[in-house]
Amino acid sequence: MAVLLLAEVNNGELALDATAKAVTAAKSLGDVTVLAAGGTAAAAGEAAAKIDGVAKVLVAEDASLGHRLAESTAALIVSLAGDYEHIVAPATTDAKNVMPRVAALLDVMVISDASGVVDANTFERPIYAGNAVQTVKSNDAKKVITFRTSTFDAAGEGGSASVETVSAADNPGLSEWVEDKVAESDRPELTSAGVVVSGGRGVGSEEDFKLIEALADKLNAAVGASRAAVDSGYAPNDWQVGQTGKVVAPELYIAVGISGAIQHLAGMKDSKIIVAINKDEEAPIFQVADFGLVADLFEAVPALTEKLG
Amino acid sequence: MKVLVPVKRVIDYNVKVRVKADGSGVDLANVKMSMNPFDEIAVEEAIRLKEAGKADEIVVVSIGVKQAQETLRTALAMGADRAILVNAADDVHTDIEPLAVAKILAKVVEEEQPGLVLAGKQAIDNDMNATGQMLSALLGWSQGTFASELDIEGDKAVVTREVDGGLQTIKVSMPAIVTVDLRLNEPRYASLPNIMKAKKKPLDEKTAADYGVDVTPRLEIVSTTEPAARDAGIIVGSVDELVEKLKEAGAV
Ligand SMILES: Cc1cc2nc3c(=O)[nH]c(=O)nc-3n(C[C@H](O)[C@H](O)[C@H](O)COP(=O)(O)OP(=O)(O)OC[C@H]3O[C@@H](n4cnc5c(N)ncnc54)[C@H](O)[C@@H]3O)c2cc1C
Ligand SMILES: Cc1cc2nc3c(=O)[nH]c(=O)nc-3n(C[C@H](O)[C@H](O)[C@H](O)COP(=O)(O)OP(=O)(O)OC[C@H]3O[C@@H](n4cnc5c(N)ncnc54)[C@H](O)[C@@H]3O)c2cc1C
Repeated sequence: MAVLLLAEVNNGELALDATAKAVTAAKSLGDVTVLAAGGTAAAAGEAAAKIDGVAKVLVAEDASLGHRLAESTAALIVSLAGDYEHIVAPATTDAKNVMPRVAALLDVMVISDASGVVDANTFERPIYAGNAVQTVKSNDAKKVITFRTSTFDAAGEGGSASVETVSAADNPGLSEWVEDKVAESDRPELTSAGVVVSGGRGVGSEEDFKLIEALADKLNAAVGASRAAVDSGYAPNDWQVGQTGKVVAPELYIAVGISGAIQHLAGMKDSKIIVAINKDEEAPIFQVADFGLVADLFEAVPALTEKLG
Repeated sequence: MKVLVPVKRVIDYNVKVRVKADGSGVDLANVKMSMNPFDEIAVEEAIRLKEAGKADEIVVVSIGVKQAQETLRTALAMGADRAILVNAADDVHTDIEPLAVAKILAKVVEEEQPGLVLAGKQAIDNDMNATGQMLSALLGWSQGTFASELDIEGDKAVVTREVDGGLQTIKVSMPAIVTVDLRLNEPRYASLPNIMKAKKKPLDEKTAADYGVDVTPRLEIVSTTEPAARDAGIIVGSVDELVEKLKEAGAV
């Protein structure tokens, strides 16, 4: 049984955390071959070869594979698919763009956001914003799966897999990249951070989001936000936590001025310790919080930032 | 240009979801159902393209049970011109997999020849986030997923996408499939006169068999369970107490 795993590669660099978590999920399915594809991908391939449990690495470098355009990336994966029973990836936005396309080209269903592996054909996945967990068994010859990274530990390093080069498939030439707007930040990445501090509509403005950021920096945390905070322009879209944003499960999640709608809970309720700061004692966020503080955030957050010093 | 918008009938996003005692799925009998929120955004975008003179007809299509008619009427009341209901299931608990939905949609596209398909990024029931990408694969079309901005420029669509790292802008060849994200627009409410008018707009009924598509699921549901509940927490009285508790728990 062989598994092809699409590595998460951003601008030639391996996203190690997401890729290594997917390796953990995939290991029990068979020998794992990692595919590092991109405009440049050799360095990413070398990095992937060091992940424990990786048997082999394929590197595909071609201008058409840059920026993870779905059409060319899917064509490449399909050209390699013959040798593998499972084709998997971490459930990033890149993979969610590509993998359903791969599945349809192979005439199989995709299993999105799998949170558990029962056996080679059977997987668990959250549905209805995490309000139910479904176990599904695939009757397809090949399984195309994205794994929810927050539920798997990252595989360690120390491997030394062989690295081979493969060529890109014919570029269907359907789309071209224009630009990326990526915020540079020194903070830890949201989906791999040990601590996340998130702000909601209660924070009230982009200006006041600095309070959230200051607390985050004190804790060496990533910053998250509710949809309402993003929609209102207090925070950028890539900070959104929830059903339709990022799913996180840090050691500590601090929700400030967030009411706790199910769509938000879907993205953070597997966090180890949840703290909620909200002035409304009835806010549903308190139902999932380990420690709740009923207080005005404009007083509580600066005080907390100071006392944690 | 004709725009095709697939719309899905799903549990209303405000409803508290209950898992059925026999583990076969989620209880959908007698609960409020609505149009998938992402699909409202897709319908709205199609209407705006029409208002801007870039589209001339909006066709909405839903695949599922006959009750999906209501969802189609809602789309017509918002401003779509015509609807197609593809009856593919009798029981409200039966849902059609994205692969089968995409196969049916591919046939509808063949018949209707739209220049653009606007779908939701994900349905809030099964959260698969797959149908648009699958349709695009079956048609050999380009895809612009998770769109928060869309501009049609001649035979290209410029799509700004919400991705993990921030925003990405790509230019795709038309015809294209675009799947819409939350911040593309704010959908309008249908006015009462438009709700009345929508009752007279054409709604064609078809079946999956009319399109020759086998909707047998590829994934078998083994069980459906409630997620593990969290243990009850405590309310602390002050910031000091919070800091103390966090230290005790080894969290800071
Ligand atoms: C299809 C769909 C998908 C969605 N996806 C997501 C998602 O991925 N992520 C997400 O977060 N949401 C999502 N939502 C939105 C979700 O339903 C809620 O609307 C949103 O989470 C609310 O954000 P909020 O808690 O910041 O705002 P609100 O619900 O307005 O809550 C603000 C809170 O701040 C508190 N507050 C106000 N002032 C203060 C103060 N001075 N001090 C302390 N507390 C204060 C209030 O008591 C209140 O509880 C989605 C919705 C839909 C329909
Ligand atoms: C594991 C599993 C097993 C299942 N087993 C069965 C089964 O045994 N029998 C069965 O009948 N169903 C079954 N289903 C249900 C079926 O697979 C779901 O309908 C499917 O997962 C839908 O995914 P989604 O709606 O989240 O699609 P998404 O890909 O998330 O939907 C995205 C967009 O596609 C469009 N779209 C999707 N569906 C429709 C539609 N019906 N009509 C119009 N537009 C649409 C909308 O624009 C929507 O916003 C199963 C589902 C799962 C997850």
